[in-house]
Amino acid sequence: MRILIIGGGMGGTILANNLARRLSSEIKAGKVNLTMLSASEKHFYQPGLLYLAVGQMMPDELYREQVSLLEPGIAFHVDPVTEFHLDENQVKTQSDRTYDYDVLVIATGSRVNMEEIPGLAENAEMFYTEEGALKMLKSLREFEGGRVVVCVGVPHKCPMAPLEITFMMHDFFKERGILDKVELYYTYPIGRIHSLENVAKWATPEFDQLGIKYETFFNMKEVDGDNKILRSEEGAEVNYDLLVTIPAHKGMEVVESQGLGKDGWVPIDRLRLNMEGRDNVFAIGDTTNLPISKAGSTAHFEAEALGENIASMVKIGQPVRDYDGKVFCFIEAGKDRATYASFDYLNPPDPKPPTRAVHWFKVAYNQLYWASARGLL
Amino acid sequence: MTEKTLIDARGSFCPGPLMELIAQLKSAEVGDEFEVLSSDKGSANDIPEWVEKAGHELVESREDKGVWHITVKKKR
Ligand SMILES: Cc1cc2nc3c(=O)[nH]c(=O)nc-3n(C[C@H](O)[C@H](O)[C@H](O)COP(=O)(O)OP(=O)(O)OC[C@H]3O[C@@H](n4cnc5c(N)ncnc54)[C@H](O)[C@@H]3O)c2cc1C
Repeated sequence: MRILIIGGGMGGTILANNLARRLSSEIKAGKVNLTMLSASEKHFYQPGLLYLAVGQMMPDELYREQVSLLEPGIAFHVDPVTEFHLDENQVKTQSDRTYDYDVLVIATGSRVNMEEIPGLAENAEMFYTEEGALKMLKSLREFEGGRVVVCVGVPHKCPMAPLEITFMMHDFFKERGILDKVELYYTYPIGRIHSLENVAKWATPEFDQLGIKYETFFNMKEVDGDNKILRSEEGAEVNYDLLVTIPAHKGMEVVESQGLGKDGWVPIDRLRLNMEGRDNVFAIGDTTNLPISKAGSTAHFEAEALGENIASMVKIGQPVRDYDGKVFCFIEAGKDRATYASFDYLNPPDPKPPTRAVHWFKVAYNQLYWASARGLL
Repeated sequence: MTEKTLIDARGSFCPGPLMELIAQLKSAEVGDEFEVLSSDKGSANDIPEWVEKAGHELVESREDKGVWHITVKKKR
């Protein structure tokens, strides 16, 4: 059986390592062939970007050689997919090669989509790329006071990022001794300050206590950079001195242009994770159309469920479990306090008051991640 | 011709049925209708509240066996 994984990010890597271990004897015996195609020889730990933007991590801490994270038995090629031929069980790549498969897993992640909001890319700080996070750090260090507006597009990856960057900027300006000259103004698309009701219930009094202002039902429409005004779809206007955005995302261009799913989101079954109408094509991580968090932990738990199922299909001809919608997110509540949200399809999260211990656990996880990607944690 | 698109957000707490609707409305044409299916009872309040603030039309909101069916028409 030929198993082909597209994407060497969080989901693809955890799945490949999981399968390499479960199917090691089948791989050795030549009965299973496990191949990964990715767009980069580096593995990128994206959650570190949040810390990069406030000077708490350095870029070299966010990257590892992809091959150093993979179990033996996985054939790895940096050769991005350019065409999907699902009826023929084939993909074509940038180097003009054709890869045949029996089982295909798409884990190509997501990308920021700033173009649809006029003026946003030119005028807002954005920490979703290394370049953006470093530019934002410079702006935060040079900022002398005024109104900092946070604006959020949907869907976006890392559900906690809007709250976290706001709390972290609060503490950043406090440490710089200019908090009294700064007004933090947070906007959010729906009628509360976070999509998860219990997270909003927890965060609202935290915002009130820190003097962070907020406006809800605020969906970005356009940015007037000359006059420093952000306008909303709902007809509101807000002036800013520094604009920080968590932009809307799309799936990868190739997924969209090859017609696999609208906006690059692959439509899948929420329990089995197979692409609608296909039994041998699966998607995990950010690139699915599931209306749940686009987070590394989602990719991780999906990869574990799918790894078990693909291995059991090889061994006994059928899957053994469903993905239960599990997600776990840390929530940084400043520079030295954090809490977390853990939830699934049936059970909503219930964040507890933030503590230093949870923050230090997250700091440790930023290093432990490399063991997690290898499947050791 | 306008179409009614189904947004099946049952079982979702995040980013939430309303966010799904907002995202889809952005790329839709004026006059398009969307029926959101949600098992999250908050949506029964959230969606009409946003629809009013954003100037769209609430066509229907009903509950059937624990699932809310909320139909919205894009007005602008
Ligand atoms: C600032 C920030 C903070 C975050 N914080 C957290 C957090 O605290 N907790 C959390 O759980 N998550 C967090 N996330 C989200 C997390 O990083 C993503 O949800 C996660 O990386 C998704 O995994 P993935 O495997 O779907 O995609 P990715 O990890 O993005 O990997 C996609 C892979 O696909 C490859 N690829 C792309 N195109 C092609 C192609 N055409 N052919 C072959 N390969 C291709 C890429 O090279 C890459 O290797 C954060 C993200 C950001 C940006």
